[in-house]
Amino acid sequence: MNLRDTASLVTGASRGLGRALAEILAAAGSRVVMVARERQPLEEAAAAIRAAGGIAHALVADVGDIHSVHPIAAQAAALVGPIDILVNNASTLGPTPLRLLLDTECEDLTRVLEVNLVGPFRLTKVVAGSMALRGRGLVVNISSDASVEAYPTWGAYSISKAALDHLTRIWAVELAEAGVRFLSIDPGEMNTRMHADALPEADPATLADPAEVAARIAAMMATPALASGARLQAVSP
Amino acid sequence: MNAFERARDDARMLVLEARKGRLHDRTVGDLPELLAPGDLLVLNDAATLPASLSGVTGSGEAVELRLAGPPQGERWPAVLFGAGDWRTRTEDRAAPPVVAPGERIHFGELTADVVAVALLSPRLVEVRFDRAGEALWSALYAIGRPVQYAYHEQDLALWTVQTAYAGRPWAVEMPSAGRPLGWRVLGALRRRGVELAWLTHAAGLSSTGDPVLDAALPLPEQYDIPERTVQAVTRARNEGRRVLAVGTTVVRALEGAARQPGGLRAGAGTTALVITEHMRPRVIDGLVTGIHAPGESHYRLLGAFAPAATLAAAARHAARRGYRPHELGDLALIVPALAVDAGLRPSARLPALDHASPA
Repeated sequence: MNLRDTASLVTGASRGLGRALAEILAAAGSRVVMVARERQPLEEAAAAIRAAGGIAHALVADVGDIHSVHPIAAQAAALVGPIDILVNNASTLGPTPLRLLLDTECEDLTRVLEVNLVGPFRLTKVVAGSMALRGRGLVVNISSDASVEAYPTWGAYSISKAALDHLTRIWAVELAEAGVRFLSIDPGEMNTRMHADALPEADPATLADPAEVAARIAAMMATPALASGARLQAVSP
Repeated sequence: MNAFERARDDARMLVLEARKGRLHDRTVGDLPELLAPGDLLVLNDAATLPASLSGVTGSGEAVELRLAGPPQGERWPAVLFGAGDWRTRTEDRAAPPVVAPGERIHFGELTADVVAVALLSPRLVEVRFDRAGEALWSALYAIGRPVQYAYHEQDLALWTVQTAYAGRPWAVEMPSAGRPLGWRVLGALRRRGVELAWLTHAAGLSSTGDPVLDAALPLPEQYDIPERTVQAVTRARNEGRRVLAVGTTVVRALEGAARQPGGLRAGAGTTALVITEHMRPRVIDGLVTGIHAPGESHYRLLGAFAPAATLAAAARHAARRGYRPHELGDLALIVPALAVDAGLRPSARLPALDHASPA
């Protein structure tokens, strides 16, 4: 997909990988709507993109809130036009320090699933319907190696990402005829606040730069030959 | 069954064969077999705004502002209602205070200044909000609620009044003919060889309760027709294939655009076309619509596509058989003939369309 002159919607865009993806997409000529819960870092991120000559809008919302889904999709379309690219990046670890499943409250698992799985499902439903009518669109679901590896204490997050991966595959099959593509991308371990929350003892020097990861993801997004439904890893070559 | 479930293949659909005057009781799920390969089905992809805003004037009087369409620049068309809400029948609503340009209306932290009052009615105004861009959209979606009417039994959630393919928030009331069309049916239509196209039309208010304003409905409405849709319509017309509208908004957009100097062209415009039984369609052969009764403005539009006697018989049939009216109700399909019976040619009344030729 040629990213120039597209309309993009990126969730979890106030920092880390989401912000970096928004920056890359805007630099490539996409008009970007950035969604996050925290107003100040989100507006700063959008302002930085505009200062660099890109088109970016800040939309403060919680993708885990059912009442926010249609407002997010509609406001995004109002600001940048019908959405061509949706990046479901916003996610939550749940309570930290991470804990064993036996110590995980049911309500906490539910909340993680709401944000990491059901939220992307709801938002994709709304946005992909418009894409399917227009016969074009790309949905990128940000995954994690926790979706395929069984790391102790990562249960709630891992479960949500594993389900999101499979949601990607089924969406891809169901909307193949409609011309809407889906990718699940594992960004690897990055130097982000989320990683620090999960693994505070990690050495940042060993972690990837989100900007470099975002560049690799953007290259994947611009590669039409990648099979819809594929699960990819944006690791450094 | 959840009465608000959107994609309902088993929603009832009354089929009218305009030429033969025949009626058939079918369902939305039957639509793929009722249409023919080569038919072009045009949908309105407007999302529905939360267009009802409750506020107070500068003098402290309660009002409800219902946006009447998307803005032209920063000016939003709107209709004022007095105190109260949808639970009161529209015609029983208190009249709003008379406002003049410069009047400020407060919706919590959001404010709007009246910038114009229509000669037609002091209730029809244009307003400018105190913010723009994402700040305005964010406020509208935080404060606004969907426009709804007293025949509803409960508050409508925003997700209840959207189609399965909605995009830009241009409609102040849902383009409801498309509501029961889910992706099982839309996918089946495509596999059958029915081409799908779209446009965006700002479906407006259907009732104000004010006789003067209601007589003027529908107000001029904005539309935006993609080049791809113009090409699809032109090809269909030139190849003798049928063009069918999902909803009266699509009829208004395409027939209105076809009457512009230069004929049907891609791009944005505004149509003030009022479609009645006297209009000779230039583009549309038939349509999917809701269940309308004599006396309703939409009913008069249907007269352009079927004889009065057939429409009257259909209205009686629908009433007897309990077809549900209104925006969350059942559908009707009006076609010249069923695909199985038709020679798959449009009505002889309709010439092939060259969109570059004068209207």
